[in-house]
Amino acid sequence: MLPLSSQVINLLAAILLLLAFAMLTQRRILSLINLFALQGLTLALSTAVVAWSTGQSHLYWSALVTFALKVVVLPWILHRLIRRLNVKWDVETLLNIPTTMLIGIVLVILAFNLALPISQLAGTITKSTLGIAMASMLLAFLMMITRSKAVPQVIGFLAMENALFFAATSATYGMPMVVELGIALDVLVGMIILGVFFFQIRERFDSLDIRHLEKLKEE
Amino acid sequence: MIDGPITPLAASLAAVIAWLAIALAGVMFPKNLRLVSHVLFPTGALVALALAAAGWSGLAQNAETLILPLGLPDLPFHLRMDALSAFFLLLLGSVTAGVSVFAAGYLRRGEGTLPGLQCLYYHVFIASMTLVLLADDAYAFMVFWETMALSSYFLVTSDHRKAEIRSAGFLYLLVAHVGAVAILLCFGVLQGGTGDYTFGAMREVQHTAFWGGIAFGLALFGFGAKAGIVPLHVWLPEAHPAAPSPVSALMSAVMLKTAVYGFLRVMFDLLDMQVWWWGVIVLAAGLVTALYGVVFSAVQSDMKRLLAYSSVENIGLVFVAAGLAIMFRAYDMHALAALALTAMLYHALNHAFFKSLLFLATGSVLHATRERALGKLGGLIHRMPWVAWLALVGTLAIAGLPPLNGFVSEWLLLQAFLFTPGLPQNYLNMLVPVAAAAVALTAALAGYVMVKFYGVIFLGQPREEKLAEAHDCGPWERVGLVWLAAGCVLLGVLPVYVIGMIDSVTHTLLGRSLGNAAQGWLYLAPIHADRASYGPFLFLVVIVVVVLLAFLAVRLFYHGRIRRGPAWDCGFPHQTARMQDTAEGFGQPVRQVFEPFFRMRRELPDPFDAVPRYRVSVEDHLWYWLYLPVAWTADKVTSLVTLLQRGRISVYLMYSFCTLLLLLLFVR
Amino acid sequence: MISASGVAAQITELFLAVALAPLMTGWVNQCRAWLQNKSGPGPLQPYRMLGKLFQKESVIAYGASPLFRITPYILFGGMCLAAAIVPTLATDLPFNTAADAIALVGLFALVRVFISLAAMDIGTAFGTLGARREMMIGFLAEPALLMVLFTASLISQSTSLSITVGKLLQMDLAIYPSLAFAGIAFTMVLLAENARIPIDNPATHLELTMIHEAMILEYSGRHLALIEWAASLKLFVYACIGIALFLPFGIAQGGDSLGLILALPVLVAKLAVGGALLAVIETVSAKMRIFRAPEFLGTAFLLAVLGMLVHFLLES
Repeated sequence: MLPLSSQVINLLAAILLLLAFAMLTQRRILSLINLFALQGLTLALSTAVVAWSTGQSHLYWSALVTFALKVVVLPWILHRLIRRLNVKWDVETLLNIPTTMLIGIVLVILAFNLALPISQLAGTITKSTLGIAMASMLLAFLMMITRSKAVPQVIGFLAMENALFFAATSATYGMPMVVELGIALDVLVGMIILGVFFFQIRERFDSLDIRHLEKLKEE
Repeated sequence: MIDGPITPLAASLAAVIAWLAIALAGVMFPKNLRLVSHVLFPTGALVALALAAAGWSGLAQNAETLILPLGLPDLPFHLRMDALSAFFLLLLGSVTAGVSVFAAGYLRRGEGTLPGLQCLYYHVFIASMTLVLLADDAYAFMVFWETMALSSYFLVTSDHRKAEIRSAGFLYLLVAHVGAVAILLCFGVLQGGTGDYTFGAMREVQHTAFWGGIAFGLALFGFGAKAGIVPLHVWLPEAHPAAPSPVSALMSAVMLKTAVYGFLRVMFDLLDMQVWWWGVIVLAAGLVTALYGVVFSAVQSDMKRLLAYSSVENIGLVFVAAGLAIMFRAYDMHALAALALTAMLYHALNHAFFKSLLFLATGSVLHATRERALGKLGGLIHRMPWVAWLALVGTLAIAGLPPLNGFVSEWLLLQAFLFTPGLPQNYLNMLVPVAAAAVALTAALAGYVMVKFYGVIFLGQPREEKLAEAHDCGPWERVGLVWLAAGCVLLGVLPVYVIGMIDSVTHTLLGRSLGNAAQGWLYLAPIHADRASYGPFLFLVVIVVVVLLAFLAVRLFYHGRIRRGPAWDCGFPHQTARMQDTAEGFGQPVRQVFEPFFRMRRELPDPFDAVPRYRVSVEDHLWYWLYLPVAWTADKVTSLVTLLQRGRISVYLMYSFCTLLLLLLFVR
Repeated sequence: MISASGVAAQITELFLAVALAPLMTGWVNQCRAWLQNKSGPGPLQPYRMLGKLFQKESVIAYGASPLFRITPYILFGGMCLAAAIVPTLATDLPFNTAADAIALVGLFALVRVFISLAAMDIGTAFGTLGARREMMIGFLAEPALLMVLFTASLISQSTSLSITVGKLLQMDLAIYPSLAFAGIAFTMVLLAENARIPIDNPATHLELTMIHEAMILEYSGRHLALIEWAASLKLFVYACIGIALFLPFGIAQGGDSLGLILALPVLVAKLAVGGALLAVIETVSAKMRIFRAPEFLGTAFLLAVLGMLVHFLLES
């Protein structure tokens, strides 16, 4: 019988997987951003619980940075971006939604099986959640591949980063603080640059459909 | 139990000889319809009953062999009856009895082949199937297998005046022979270089992993071609509808099971290796077949094609259970392998009964209305009550609804799936629940398909005026249908007895039988009473009691007044029968949800058409991806060979001259 | 193994279900009315409706066959049997040996097939429309429900509902993520199978948007009363399955008669809260297009499968 903190972490991991799946099947960009914010919240909570149960206080700071960045700042930037770009809906996906969900299930099975031998070697209390972290990452990657508009692709990239962060917490109790701050800064700057980029794409092609970018190749 | 001088094997052989005699009698009086239909076919049915009894008694006894003085000089026909053969003989006998009695009332004049000849082909067909089940060496097996294929070909092309029936027969024969070649090669591998083709010798041979794998692949291909595994299923939806209905019933119910028998014989008896990934391959093939079959049957508009695709689905489920049994056996989990094998054999038996019942019902509908297309039927429950109510039993059974028989085998299969977490391999642990989900989806879709089948044919209003003249089936047909429907009900309500019978088979094949953990015959609890238990008799009794109580209570406290009036028309008074769902309309949700499975061609009307037409045809991708390229390649290759045919005599003489020179030079 | 307390519990459960089911439907409707700022007819309205319908004469279309007339009784009988199988008050029911979770799903399928066939029996466009849509919902909802029950049975190593609930009661209070997934999937299936928003609007009058109502358009009088009763029994049974699997505290175990008496107010309280939540979900959601329904149910199906996979990863 696992102690309570382990159970809570398992529950939060399951919620993370659920949110990754939900993002895969969403049609509206607005709800994608809200789900991403929820994911950030789950991440911050689980880091806080790990910090509390293992007594590593640097993880509290990590949780705070995650909260500030992924629940407050990034969603705010994204909301402003989509309001200015005037894109609320993403009706097309490259594959239809049931097929995407099926591929998602296959990826989840793959990730779980890959993670089993590794998680037996790790020494943390959260080792069984490594499979979930890998599955979330693969699902976010799948989301990036199957979307044809730019904003959901970026959200997929951010969700991937979320999953990697969760993997780090589950395997090794987080990363050194310097590394984390560096990654957070990178993500922030990346978002700003991508925002500028979106405007350029829209001006050039009059739409944010990335399939227009295919025209930029050598003929 | 038949003891003493007449052993079950001898009784089966006597049945075969009786059938051959009936066949000869048919040939001698080919045009005498009364003799054939009122004497010969019912006698054949009685013989089938005797065969079923022989099979039943053979279940309990030890294996016995017999060597006939026929066959090759150094390989006479060996025959053997063990529990596996006895079970399938029981299946064959009981279903054939019902079908033969139905055929006695079904045979008409003027359907292309003379009645006497049909009697010949029919009885040779069932006799050869019996001998396939009894064969104990490769030569006998192949001879009887071929006889079975040829006689069924003649039966399929009974109405040979229609071109599409002829081409369906050709396709059937082609795939049957491709499969037969694979089976022959498989036996060649199994004899392992000893040169002794009897099954007894094959059991002793030790194979290397490589040759064992080859034998497995050939067996799956060969027997799968006859059973209808995707992608070798294309002949089923062509041949079953083309044949007359009793023949379709026999082919679907019994012939496909001989292929299952052959597969079981090779995998569990002749080949002594157990490899877990073979089970995975069989499971995957079965799953794909099941899903493919049910999705296609949902979009059909011909009632016999719908049932043919449904047979593909059920055979897929049988192979899913076989795959599970192989996997469990490879990991030495014999109790669970027995559970999976029991589910497989039970489902085969159930399918034989309910599918033959449904095919025979469509035969009656065809005779009464001359229509096979679902879009021209409807409302037949009023004109043909016997057929309709018995077909309802068959529909509920095939949809897997408790307390009938389809549910029991599905229940056993799902129980077997729930045990797979005990498997040591991690990927298998996780993949198998997904497979269980696919099986559940298939079962749910089968319910959908059968509601479509029954609802469009028997319920609603008649879609054509000539349906008002439809007549119910005659007495012979009623007996046949009642026999099969009673089988469905009994197999569903008394599962403990049926599992008792199947136990001898699993004991022979695995050394371990399932048994029943609960006391008495009321409850079925395969592993442990706490684990899972099902009591169909109680189920039925409670539903009937509650229905009766509700009926009586309402009559007692209130009243039973009824008034007839027109149906609700939402203010539009000119409702016609054509405003009901068509078969295509009922299948539209499946077509939309499962769109990648189909190859659809649409013709949509133009706004400027004077006579707008809408046409959708749903076809099989595999025909275009696999069969047409193969046919094209075969054509090209054979056309290369025609280069040899020069037409000049000197060239032909030169061929003989070169061959002679070669032989003289190399053979010293 | 059949104990007197078990028989008493079984009979009590059955009568309670049959008696309280319309009250639950009335409570849900009343909560919906309150949430929409209306005063509502009171939670006892379904009883008055049933009484009115039983007294009326039954009008049957000209083309109806005996199948049409027998279906309401079969529906009612099937739902009573389902109410007898699900452990609502106690876990030692003599019926749990006759039917387990898979048989329960099969029973729901039997009821669904009969009502669809009865709908096709009249031969109007609406009946066949309702039948087709109901079977479409069914072929996706039934596997999802089966997978939810499988997830629970993987935890308890048994498919018998009574034994599953017994084991869930005995296990220490723990958070099972697989049950969380299964719970969400179960809620989605409940909404679909009981013809609630967002799949179907139970109060609609527009025939082209109906699923469940379209199938029972032709029924009247005592037949309609039995069908409505069976529909509210179905909602009751589904709610009890959800309570038994996900919130089982309070269900009596073994031959505990005091527990049996205490289980009743606990059940009523849980059902009241559940009904209010259902009303909230119905009020905040909008009805989906019919062709979004397969996606909705497909999501439920995949969530249930995901729950089973998460069980393997995190809980074993």
